[in-house]
Amino acid sequence: MLPWTLYLSLLGALAVLAWPRRWAGEARWVALAFALAGGVCGVAGGQAYRPGAELLTLVRVPWIPALGVEYFLAVDGLNLPLVWLTGLAAVAGILFSWNVTEHPRAFFALYLALIGGVYGVFLSFDLFLLFFFYEVAIIPKYFLIARWGSTRREYGAMKLALYSFAGSALVFLGLLALYVNAAADPGAAPLDLAALARQPRDPTFQRWVFPLFFVGFGVLAGLWPLHTWAPTGHVAAPTAASMLLAGVVMKLGAYGALRAGVALFPAGVTAWQDVFLGLAVAGILLGGLVALVQKDFKFVIGYSSVSHMGFVLLGLVTLNPLGLGGAVLQMVSHGLIAGLLFAVVGRMVYDRAHTRELDELAGLRLARRLPFAAGTFVLAGMASMGLPGFSGFVAELSVLVGAWEARPAAAVITGAGIVVGAAYIGRALQKAFATEPPAETTATEEPEKLEPITLPERLGALLLLAATVGLGLFPGVVMDYILPGARSVLAPLRAGGI
Amino acid sequence: MNNAAYIQLFKLAGPEMLIALAALAVLLVDLTLMRGAPVRARRVIAVLLTGVGGFAAALYLLQVPLRAVSWGGLWAVDPLTQLVKLGLVGLAVLTAVLSLEADYTDHVGEHFALLLLATVGLMVMAGAADLVLVFLGLELTGLSLYPLVALNKAGPRATEAALKYFFFGALAAAVTLFGFSFLYGLSGTTNLAGIAAALRGRGFDPLLALAVVFSLVGFGFKVAAVPFHLWAPDAYQGAPTPVAAFIASGSKLAGFFLLGRFVALALPESGDAGRAALFTPGWVPAVAVLALASMVLGNLAALAQRDLKRLLAYSAIAHAGYLLLAVLALNGAANRPAALAALVYYAGTYALAGLGAFAVAGHVERHAGAAALNHLTGLGRRAPWLAAGLAVFLLSLAGLPPLAGFPAKFYVFAAALNTPHAGAVSLGLVVVALLLSPVGFYYYLRVLKLAFVTESEKRPAGPDAPGNSPQGGENRFGVETAVALLAAAGVLGLGLFPQWLLGPLQAAVREAGG
Amino acid sequence: MNGPPWLSALTFLPLVGGVLVLALGERRVVPARRLALGTAWATLLLAAGLVPHFDSSSGAMQWVERHRWIAALGVEYHLGLDGLSLVLVVLATGLVPFALLAPGGPRQQAPLFWALTLFLEAGLIGTFTALNFFHWFLFWELSLIPAFFLIRLWGGPDRGPAANQFFLYTLVGSVAMLLAFLVIYRAVGTFDFLALAELGRTNRLSPQLRLSWGGEPVPAETLTHWVFAGIFLGLAVKVPVMPFHTWLPAAYAEAPTGVTMLLTGAMSKMGVYGLVRLLVPLFPEQVRALQAPLLGLVVFGILFSAATAFAQRDLKRMLAYASINHLGYALLGLLAAAGTGAADPLRLNDQAAALNGMVLHLFNHGVTAAALFAGVGWLEQRSGGRRGLEDFGGLRRAAPVFVGLMGLALFASLGLPGLNGFVGEFLIFKGAFALVPWAAAAALPGLLLTAVFLLTLMQRVFHGPLERRGVAGSDVTRGERLAWAPAVAVMLLLGVYPQPVLALTNATMVALAGSWRAL
Repeated sequence: MLPWTLYLSLLGALAVLAWPRRWAGEARWVALAFALAGGVCGVAGGQAYRPGAELLTLVRVPWIPALGVEYFLAVDGLNLPLVWLTGLAAVAGILFSWNVTEHPRAFFALYLALIGGVYGVFLSFDLFLLFFFYEVAIIPKYFLIARWGSTRREYGAMKLALYSFAGSALVFLGLLALYVNAAADPGAAPLDLAALARQPRDPTFQRWVFPLFFVGFGVLAGLWPLHTWAPTGHVAAPTAASMLLAGVVMKLGAYGALRAGVALFPAGVTAWQDVFLGLAVAGILLGGLVALVQKDFKFVIGYSSVSHMGFVLLGLVTLNPLGLGGAVLQMVSHGLIAGLLFAVVGRMVYDRAHTRELDELAGLRLARRLPFAAGTFVLAGMASMGLPGFSGFVAELSVLVGAWEARPAAAVITGAGIVVGAAYIGRALQKAFATEPPAETTATEEPEKLEPITLPERLGALLLLAATVGLGLFPGVVMDYILPGARSVLAPLRAGGI
Repeated sequence: MNNAAYIQLFKLAGPEMLIALAALAVLLVDLTLMRGAPVRARRVIAVLLTGVGGFAAALYLLQVPLRAVSWGGLWAVDPLTQLVKLGLVGLAVLTAVLSLEADYTDHVGEHFALLLLATVGLMVMAGAADLVLVFLGLELTGLSLYPLVALNKAGPRATEAALKYFFFGALAAAVTLFGFSFLYGLSGTTNLAGIAAALRGRGFDPLLALAVVFSLVGFGFKVAAVPFHLWAPDAYQGAPTPVAAFIASGSKLAGFFLLGRFVALALPESGDAGRAALFTPGWVPAVAVLALASMVLGNLAALAQRDLKRLLAYSAIAHAGYLLLAVLALNGAANRPAALAALVYYAGTYALAGLGAFAVAGHVERHAGAAALNHLTGLGRRAPWLAAGLAVFLLSLAGLPPLAGFPAKFYVFAAALNTPHAGAVSLGLVVVALLLSPVGFYYYLRVLKLAFVTESEKRPAGPDAPGNSPQGGENRFGVETAVALLAAAGVLGLGLFPQWLLGPLQAAVREAGG
Repeated sequence: MNGPPWLSALTFLPLVGGVLVLALGERRVVPARRLALGTAWATLLLAAGLVPHFDSSSGAMQWVERHRWIAALGVEYHLGLDGLSLVLVVLATGLVPFALLAPGGPRQQAPLFWALTLFLEAGLIGTFTALNFFHWFLFWELSLIPAFFLIRLWGGPDRGPAANQFFLYTLVGSVAMLLAFLVIYRAVGTFDFLALAELGRTNRLSPQLRLSWGGEPVPAETLTHWVFAGIFLGLAVKVPVMPFHTWLPAAYAEAPTGVTMLLTGAMSKMGVYGLVRLLVPLFPEQVRALQAPLLGLVVFGILFSAATAFAQRDLKRMLAYASINHLGYALLGLLAAAGTGAADPLRLNDQAAALNGMVLHLFNHGVTAAALFAGVGWLEQRSGGRRGLEDFGGLRRAAPVFVGLMGLALFASLGLPGLNGFVGEFLIFKGAFALVPWAAAAALPGLLLTAVFLLTLMQRVFHGPLERRGVAGSDVTRGERLAWAPAVAVMLLLGVYPQPVLALTNATMVALAGSWRAL
């Protein structure tokens, strides 16, 4: 059932493309149906996997026997929550794209293709296949932004595409190294991730190859200082695309870094731990500080994504189960929260106020005119600050515990990052929603009516909000899956076998 | 040689014979039966005849199983060469179909005949096992292609391109022949395997190095590797598009296949005794230098191009660099099967994508007068199918999945990394190649941006705005579109299921014995 | 173990009520207001209803609820109430209805104001009832958000900076506390207060802490101090202990009256409560070792805040410093008791006295300070927003009843015998003099200073020639008098008969003092 998440998304892309031009406006229903069906398949199919169980193989057939590459899809505790996240984000994104009128068929086709690529990455257990899907996702990303985006969209799209492709080049090199290295032993499938994770590897080799994977995938996860594509890309993207980009696509990078980096090269992580801890912490703190001085609302959120992804990367290199599990939980959590924030800024505010300058928004009294948007942003902002009761808290808490274990200094700086996080969200919130214009203007002119928040927007926001609050109160729902997965990833390291 | 031997030759060279016959038939029909008929009808008949010839040759290649036979050491026929020839025939037929719109010349018969003769030359190159035959193939191809480039007599660029192509070709041929004579002098034989046997175990020898370097010049010219690439951009731009497409695809495939076979068969592999041994045969460093220069120069120069065909030319140079990596990997018997398979797979998929891209370029050229990049603006709306095809080709060239360029790159690089005795060199080259791949991605994506994203100023946005419906005539489902879609389907199919080609290829390499 | 979930009901009642109030929205203000008040009263009734059923002879947790929650992190949902938390819950729930009714309420978006106040109440109750760090911290932080918005949206002219300062200061403290607590969690793997207190009591917590910094393991001693400092910082900002108080005057001054009442009356108690529940039980040894410097800080705070209050010209700011000053006494009692560990039964009595005094003082201060701020709010309302010390004069003649009520509260606040303030302070000093005479002696001038500035306030505002610009309109209305009545009753009653509170707390305090003693 789980592979159907992937198939349905790709079929959906084709279906939307084939949808008659006359009813192009209704293509969104088709897209929604396929996204929903994919999400349902993810949830229903996930029931077959019990928390803590071994890897559950979904499909395993030879694909390119000439290269020893298999079509191998499987789930374990680490990727299943991400599959669920993808389903949620996909549906929410479509709800927030309800107003796309320019070439809707192409838009939704690319959108679903991107979703399909994301599902593919998460489900793949052959590294070649994973990389295949990872790269497949680049092109829809580019066109979604370049075609339907806003501010400096062509620049942002190109930057994003080039950064991800450059990261991919590093990954490609690592993949080749691993392939050549593994092909030296006569194994059936040299790139089978599950088998690779069990094999010991030469520590020197690990030291050389691990950074290729970690940095290469890390580019897409906003690894500082290679993160600069993220703010521009997010800002340029149309709402649904920035939701997906920040919500899910950045997780592809982090997931790749976990699956192909941390899981396969324990000795490599150990050797590079301090470097990447430092970069992750720098991302958390500097991303937050830069967000603090942005004038454009969406840039605030864009940099906040960098900051939050810093937690993920930090958790990945802590090398202990709680830190690693926290990183995965943070992926899920940030996926929901970033989606919400971008939805508020891009769809609810920008589409109506036609400006994202915080100083201009300050005069618009949006809190009164768009109370739903303001309320959503408050809740999402609280979640983003890592306040308890929301998913971000448990995730960041777990990462912090892991960081204490690995490098206490990192935990302390990260603590400062949390405060900065509260500061920039608070600043944006006040500027955008809570500032009253000077008294004389309020008294005289009643601003023109803004289009009220529509039903799909409400539904999408409530969906994501419910998920983040639900995860905040009952993180066990996914943590029970993630933690055993994290433990098994770290098992070789714990056992001392490197 | 007795009659039986000649009969065997006929049998072995059947496909080439069939193509040559088709060439004669085209010429004959066009000059006699069709004299005075409308040009378009003549072209249709010529294409049909080419198709029949190609179909017959393909049938022959598929139906008559020949297992690793050689005719007097001159002529190698094995599943691998048959497979390559099949590809060449296919590319020739596609080129012929493209030529249906070639309204720049009245010499219809000559055009198709030369095309078919060039194909014969390429097939000879693919099957040659002797220096003499190698040279014969190179020259036959060259001499057929030079006039083809010049056929567009009205275009000022065509003449210049043809002249350049001819002069460089002639010079390269002369130098190569000189190199071949050295090889013959050193080994006393013209048979490729014999040369290798004679040269095996020799120490460093300046004469041998000279021989190798000189011989490589001819191949370098054929595959447009830096520094023998200077003709390529002009020829690609100036030549009639179908011809350019054939040079970019068929000529490339056969050239690389021949280079691979030449290196693998005629030159001894480098020894395994350290650095000095690496330079013994001389060809590894020479090829490495060519590869490096081609990758760097091709990719960087492509960035500056304003014309689609020139851009494709430089990208072809860059791809020649990648392909030379596969050639490099042929050093060492253990790695040879994989490297050869990778080489052919890469060259084949590259040829298909290149041909497709030229088909699109031809379409643009026909409607806009030239294939400048900014003529592509709005192509996505004007001719969606063609534009989609362009996206497939360019992204495949960039090496993005799910297109054929991706497994090709993977396979070639993996083979290169496995090269024995030259690990550091290969690793360095692969790293350079991967570092340059974002550059390549950038210029391909820039083209696609023009085609899909950039709005032409004249048209208002929105799907229903007037003028956004497909433009008159341009969206007509022409031959370019058909060829592009066919090639795109191939590229996509080979990207999704590389096994379709890789499987037979590996089997063929195994049977051919490396 | 799990009886009827009274405490959960208590916590979630205002939360649900708040959501419903929000749902009613601005178009149905009247029902929303009724609902908000109804919820507040119902919560108070529920809390008060618990009091008679409280087993005052036991120092243990009562009405305990304990459920598995996040197995992966070892987090439980664990609620319970002892004498201390019961008093504070009653205080918090008791203040909310009056805060909702307070003068200077919201002129716009009133339902949001009421809802946020109810959310704040839920946060307070949740903090006082939680026995697991996880959800304790959840409520601790969640109480911050409504408070922030209440200040930010309905505050005075400088509300923006005030709210931000309030929020960020508290958050910095919270993060420090969180980081420190995670070190503990890593070491012992539990968030449960009772389990942690047991570890602290038997002195097994500190040696378990371990951490390596730059490859070197940090000595448990040093690490314990850092952890201690982190938790202390988080709580000290909230109380606030000088010098971490700088957010407070602005926040109190800018907040609307009702919110200030809650801030001073209930939220400031969260910090002290945290000290009693978290810091001292976990690190009794360290508190003992650091008693002198900590007491020094507290005494300094008492004196300095009183002196600063003296210099204020804004009534709200003056009362804000007075609030810091009063909480200093509570801390004095706490530290005096917690820092003394000998197993001497006489000392146990003194400790219990100091602790009982502390709780009583907290309760008194909650009522009195809230009443005082309400009074200032009333003044502001009647005078068109003025609240300077110099803006008024001779109110005695214009509004005698008001002056009487305010006078009563002021005297209660400065600790006049016969009124409630006196009893708490007396008990604190009684214990403190016996346990740490130097600190008690040093803090005494603070009482004097307090008296002086409060009397100055009375003199300037109530007496002297009637300031014409002063208060417009009538004296306190009947409704307002009704609202004052409970506060007055508490002040008078507890002044002569503090037993109702002390009976609730005594057993708990004896048990606490006993548990903190050195083994």
